[in-house]
Amino acid sequence: MTELAVRNLREAMLRNSLTTLGVAVGVASLVAMLSLGVGLQQLASSRLTKSGLFDSIFVTPKTNLRGPGAGPPATRAPAAKARPLDDGARAEITRLPNVIEVYPQIRFFTEVRFNGKPFATMVAGMPESSKAGGAFDGMQGAFFSSPIADEAILQVEFAKELNPQTAQLIGKDLVLRYAERQALPSEPGDATQNSGGFSVVPKEKRLRIVGVVETEPASGFGGFGSGRLLIPLSVAEVLRAAQINDLRDVLRDSSSDKPAYASLTVRVKSPTLVDATEAKIKELGFGAFSLLDASKSLRIFFSVFDLLLAIFGSLALAVATLGIINTLVMAILERRREIGVLKALGAADSDVKQLFFVEAGVMGLAGGVLGVFLGWLIGQTLTLATNIYLKRQDLPGVEISAVPWWLIAGAIGFAVLVSLIAGLYPASRAAKLNPVDALRYE
Amino acid sequence: MPPSKAAAGLPAIRIDQVSRHYRMGESLIRAVDDVSLTVAAGEFLALLGSSGSGKSTLLNLMAGLDRPTSGSIHAAGRNLAELSPLELARYRRNTVGMVFQSFNLLPRMTLAENIELPLRLAEVDRGERSERVQEALERVRLAKRIGHRPSELSGGEQQRTAIARALVNRPKILFADEPTGNLDSATGEAILTLLREIQSTMGMTIVMVTHERHLAERFADRLATMGDGRLLSASASEAHASTEVRTGAQE
Repeated sequence: MTELAVRNLREAMLRNSLTTLGVAVGVASLVAMLSLGVGLQQLASSRLTKSGLFDSIFVTPKTNLRGPGAGPPATRAPAAKARPLDDGARAEITRLPNVIEVYPQIRFFTEVRFNGKPFATMVAGMPESSKAGGAFDGMQGAFFSSPIADEAILQVEFAKELNPQTAQLIGKDLVLRYAERQALPSEPGDATQNSGGFSVVPKEKRLRIVGVVETEPASGFGGFGSGRLLIPLSVAEVLRAAQINDLRDVLRDSSSDKPAYASLTVRVKSPTLVDATEAKIKELGFGAFSLLDASKSLRIFFSVFDLLLAIFGSLALAVATLGIINTLVMAILERRREIGVLKALGAADSDVKQLFFVEAGVMGLAGGVLGVFLGWLIGQTLTLATNIYLKRQDLPGVEISAVPWWLIAGAIGFAVLVSLIAGLYPASRAAKLNPVDALRYE
Repeated sequence: MPPSKAAAGLPAIRIDQVSRHYRMGESLIRAVDDVSLTVAAGEFLALLGSSGSGKSTLLNLMAGLDRPTSGSIHAAGRNLAELSPLELARYRRNTVGMVFQSFNLLPRMTLAENIELPLRLAEVDRGERSERVQEALERVRLAKRIGHRPSELSGGEQQRTAIARALVNRPKILFADEPTGNLDSATGEAILTLLREIQSTMGMTIVMVTHERHLAERFADRLATMGDGRLLSASASEAHASTEVRTGAQE
């Protein structure tokens, strides 16, 4: 029976191709719309994840004096229970599950000498993970060759101050002049090991310019945005340059020679793990804050967006379904005689039903496969068009359409299923045909 | 009734008080009205009558294509009126063969594929299928045309193909509905000669509907005449009489 069905499909090529095309167009619009939805969602979430905004937790010591606008004074923890945000705390947080890295924010204002001329600028330490952030895409030159390389990346505005032809800066050296913080030796007889005071010693460091970056990298909120000279974070830590909050440490009694951090940024494996990790950090006795809420509403938006696209896609598929039913019903009228002959030769009702069912299924499968391909093509075309548009505005290209495997399998399965359901009525109608009437039909 | 007994002298078909009524709008059409008739095993019966006399309806009832409104039809030891649709389909497939006036070959298929169709429906093995197609084609002397399509054949050849298709599942009874209706007289005679030959070589029971009395007289064993849904007469044909005369003379 299956052989016969395939044969019938092959013989009535034109009519069946048109039906298959109808199914394909329906599936294609469904796939195109969903792939656009998925693609945009992936684009948005990957950009946001890369930006570090949604997988980061901002950790501060509870007793820390709050900077301006750093949140409500809700942390009513008594000062006695406060823990310093020092290296020990950093290691402890690093050991928490799902934590990728914990890094301090090192920023200091200092002087840079280039070609013998002094320039004042803000220096920021960049964690290795910031390379994956979208901010360094399309930069001039390259990212740091290693996390401990004595290299620098310049923010483009600052680079222009050094040399309007920013490309010529790459490979050149500059000298960083900074104030190193050195702990004062403890006085003999003093009970405490350290006075908490320190001296500041001027130092210099030679750095090679490896890149110039267009935009200000936003590495975590409250992060390096204002940095104009970027150096590897590990290098910045070794410098032990005096930072703004150091003076605050001196005023507090809980000091040691280890510098406490003003804040730490914790990156976790995925935004979904932020909540749990944030709670654990709070249990350790630190203040923690994240931007997860914003990402939640973003996900809701994309769910609704996907739903709308799917509804329009389903409408398209409904039209295709009507096309399949129409073709199969017409096929019965056209092939009444053939059905009559088959029945006269001993075909049971189930045989005839199976014949039409297989035909519908094959058309659904072919239409589904073709439709997925067409839908993918539409998505690719839209991506291409978008990228041409973006290129004209000097923006990097993006992938706005994505066809994941579940969409391929789902769309083909859906097309076959719809075709089979669409074939049910014509098939049972054909099976019920009275052979005497069918043979009389001319 | 076990089928073995049917072979031993019992009638191939026994029709008891069979009626087939249609309702067409307000009026009731008595296509077949209280007909009783038996067809002996190995007999060649011709059903005669003008158009609308009910002969084709009676043939369809015997062939299992239609169901009687009342009465019983026993064939191959079973009452067709009581069979389920699936059993009736099996009866059409395995027990009987059917030949039509307009041949009813599937135009998109070659001769071999047309003849193979009943074997496919009967789920006969692929290897055996081609063997039996060949055998059926040789029986109707069309073995050379095996790869042709029906449209490339003459009417007589098409009807011979249809006969081969009817025979390929080795049925017990062959039904023919006006098999010569679309053919010229010489070709028609050739077809009837072939049917006669099949009857004698295969021991086939044949029931043929026709309105050409002179052909029926020459080739069939017995004639049954219908009019207005009723059986008017049933008698031995001239051919049968002459056969009997000849055998009597030889004795």
